[in-house]
Amino acid sequence: MWNDGGCMADIKTWLRNIFSKSARREQVESAAESLFKKPDIASVEGAAAEPKPASTAQARRVWEASGVFSVGWGTDVGRVRDHNEDALFVLTGEQEASSAAPPFGLFMLADGMGGHQSGEIASALALRVAASSLLSRVYFPLVDVSDRGADQPSLTDVVREAISQANRVVTRDYPGSGSTLTCAMILGDRLFMGHVGDSRAYLLRIGQPARQLTKDHSLVNRLMEMGQLTEEEAAVHPQRNVLYRAIGQGATLEVDVFTYALEPGDRLLLCSDGLWGMVDEAEIWHLIQDAPTPQQACVQLVAAANAAGGNDNISVVLVETWHERSQGV
Amino acid sequence: MNDRELEPAPDQKGTPASPDVRRTRGLSQRLRQPLSSQPEAAAAPKTHLVAEPLSGKAASAPAAVPVGAPPSPAMAAETQQISGKSQVAYEGLLSAGVQLQGRYKILGVIGIGGMGAVYKAQDLRFPGVLRLCAVKEMISTASDPQVRQMIVRNFEREASILATLGHPAIPQVYDYFTEGSRCYLVLEFVTGKDLEARLAEAEGFFPEAVVADWAIQLCEVLSYLHNHKPRPIIFRDLKPSNIMLDDHNRIRLVDFGIAKLFQSGEKGTMIGTEGYSPPEQYRGIAEPRGDIYALGATLHHLLSKQDPRLEPPFSFHERPIHKTNPTVSRELVEVINKALEYDINKRWGSAEEFRRALAGSLSIKIGSGSLGDKTTTFDTGVVKPLWKFACEDEIRGSVTVADGLVFVPSYDHNVYALAEDNGKFVWKYPTEGGIASKPWVSEGMVVFGSTDKVVYAVDAKSGRLLWTVPTQGRVFSSPYGELGHIFIGSDDHQIYAIHQLSGRRAWTYVADGEIRSRPLVAESLILFACQMGTVYALGLNREPRWRFRARRAFLASPVMYNGLVFIGSLDNNFYALDARSGWAAWKYRSGGSIVSTAAVWKNMVFFGSGDGSVYALDTDDGRIVWRYQTENQITGAASIAEGNLYIGGVDGNLYCFDALTGAVRWRYQTDGPITGAPQIADGVVYIGSADHYVYAIPM
Repeated sequence: MWNDGGCMADIKTWLRNIFSKSARREQVESAAESLFKKPDIASVEGAAAEPKPASTAQARRVWEASGVFSVGWGTDVGRVRDHNEDALFVLTGEQEASSAAPPFGLFMLADGMGGHQSGEIASALALRVAASSLLSRVYFPLVDVSDRGADQPSLTDVVREAISQANRVVTRDYPGSGSTLTCAMILGDRLFMGHVGDSRAYLLRIGQPARQLTKDHSLVNRLMEMGQLTEEEAAVHPQRNVLYRAIGQGATLEVDVFTYALEPGDRLLLCSDGLWGMVDEAEIWHLIQDAPTPQQACVQLVAAANAAGGNDNISVVLVETWHERSQGV
Repeated sequence: MNDRELEPAPDQKGTPASPDVRRTRGLSQRLRQPLSSQPEAAAAPKTHLVAEPLSGKAASAPAAVPVGAPPSPAMAAETQQISGKSQVAYEGLLSAGVQLQGRYKILGVIGIGGMGAVYKAQDLRFPGVLRLCAVKEMISTASDPQVRQMIVRNFEREASILATLGHPAIPQVYDYFTEGSRCYLVLEFVTGKDLEARLAEAEGFFPEAVVADWAIQLCEVLSYLHNHKPRPIIFRDLKPSNIMLDDHNRIRLVDFGIAKLFQSGEKGTMIGTEGYSPPEQYRGIAEPRGDIYALGATLHHLLSKQDPRLEPPFSFHERPIHKTNPTVSRELVEVINKALEYDINKRWGSAEEFRRALAGSLSIKIGSGSLGDKTTTFDTGVVKPLWKFACEDEIRGSVTVADGLVFVPSYDHNVYALAEDNGKFVWKYPTEGGIASKPWVSEGMVVFGSTDKVVYAVDAKSGRLLWTVPTQGRVFSSPYGELGHIFIGSDDHQIYAIHQLSGRRAWTYVADGEIRSRPLVAESLILFACQMGTVYALGLNREPRWRFRARRAFLASPVMYNGLVFIGSLDNNFYALDARSGWAAWKYRSGGSIVSTAAVWKNMVFFGSGDGSVYALDTDDGRIVWRYQTENQITGAASIAEGNLYIGGVDGNLYCFDALTGAVRWRYQTDGPITGAPQIADGVVYIGSADHYVYAIPM
């Protein structure tokens, strides 16, 4: 699965690793200019195509046009299950115009709960209902020219309602089924997260240790919070998968929603417990840092989970963002 | 039952392991409507044993309810339906008329659980009379015949122990037998209703004394069980559906964990979190003090009507009884809370101790004070201003402290410069209109606007005029200086950018209403709000980036933190706007108008509202961190210094709070409304009031 901007992403990654966390756009740009003559954007698809020499101005345009988001994703049934009940959703939308809407990204992951109550249907349905709601209530108005107003709900409310709506539909149509749902919406340089269950979102910021953004709504996590279980005990507890909050379990659902300011170079990882339950965090960061592109990182992560046993479906979405905090004059 | 016998696994509602049953939802009981006579449904019933929902109701009941002759009409109907049918609702469910052991004639089904059914039966040993009994059926689902054999042996041992118990709260065991892979227990037939059913039916709350009486009865039977020789019997599954109230209003315990023997213990079968179980149970520890916790959880539910199965696990401390039922006496709440301690060693040490404490709380007169009343006493006598200075009219704006001087804008048309340390008059600058503008001080200049429509810049040391910029409307707005320019709004709907040193008007931008609050320049944006309820974001080149419209005016000034613009409106909402896009990241609806500017500190944003509250919200999600309710509108702007929050109200009070916790440090009373922002410098708080005074109060 090829990502466009793969070449550029390679270069950006390499350059980013050279510069400190305060890597500035100009530094990166000028380094890129001097080091690499960028290919015509049209030829990016074929990685082996010969790069054509480009002028600095053209290089700058191409650099900007190759976008703010660099995304990889992957899902795998694992080694033990006989079908995959995880679901993923990825959408990015960017504009280049004199007055442009900020870049937009929507990344979602759902892990369906097993049983003949159709875990894979629950996860797929939850994802699509939530995506539909967010696209119609956020992305389309964003792309359209419209004023913001108090008559519109706030973005955290919109995320909350999208997930609540997903829950209502799944509960109504497939009672007894269940799914986790972890949703990351990026608007410009701000992240909005909505979450239920024990799939996870992590933030990897240059120069800082990785941070888990979401809270596991699992019984063992609660017991750990209370000091009743250690992490080691929780990892092998027979009820480590019991959730107290999930999609599809009843009409009312409390959703964790919050917003977070992103910095250029931030990476966001969404993953199901098929990854975090099998591969320890140090190895996950290691694989991500070493991989040349997010897509390759995802391939490595899935392989690592399978190598560790692949006890469950494995899903992962990795987003790199390069959006500047301020546009400048 | 016997703590030796059962696996150290918590309440497992069994499903046979199938590789697909990887994870079931913890609180699956949510789906089911509690019927008045139906205790909880089994979680994720996936075995062939469980009936299809009968007559549209979730008929699956846990192995828990053996007794209850038609406690409700609905139940009776169901029973009749079943007995009326000739075919079985599930394979193996006994129909009416079937006889077991040639002695027990099945009359009907009382309940169905994951393990099997409970039947109402007639003991034919007593001819000519209707001797009723309850027959509880337990079917093992283990595939391995050796495992099944072991289960049967365990069952027989447990049944024997049960049969030796003699306590009014424990239904008598009359008989037990095994037929194939099915085990049967014959019990005393108890008529009545379980507490879960009663809870569902009750309108309003149970009287406290009634619940306390039940609690005492339960402690007595627990004490009996825990003191059993040779080994204590731990009930392990205490919850409202396992507690019946018979027709004489006596407590009866039903479903001793004997059914647990029949639940599949295979790994990976996920069963629900039972809200009443103590945390140590998930570590495999089962001991008498676990029953005490479960009783505490049961009482919490009975008194508060908060069902722990529907809440996050182990959240009793975050959901006190008073949250839903403030009428319960403090004493009883404290006794129950001690039973609910997560640390097993902090609970009541025995059922007897618990019982004594319950009895003790009953005898105390039911308290009138509701928990949560935090009366704070203020030592207003302690707070004394270092100095105060009287102007000739109200001070509505905020003062500014700089270079050893305090600059005070007054409605008496003057801006005063006073000495910071003693308030002595240094100079004043007269204008032709009242001044609500907070002076901006930099480069040795003091800049402010007046309702005489002019923007002034005077020398900070001498008060000598440097320049003026006329506008076409009254100037209430406060100036903001950045990039060598002063930004200030006017009632003529324009925002002015003035070159600071020269006073040359650089440009203006026309908005749709009067601009009365202070603009902000941050992250390459010029932000300001106007009376039409619009927040504007312009680029530094004056190009409009976005506009946000509220339903009513903005009197407050925007503040920015971490890419979010915070501003409250007269429409009662407090908004957090994403600086890039102008979309509301979140908003909080208070109970009154928000007229003053907020302050941000450590991921919290602080503001006051016309509903009388001072709010501290989390900047990431807009949730309340703390909230302090006063009796009058909070009209002043918020200021933070050294971990303290300072804010004034319409009643003239200036409050000092601990910013992290919301605890009041002190309160100072002035004689007029406070609308400005307190300024803190060198350990002194400077604030003006509509009582004409400006005060210097030690921090």
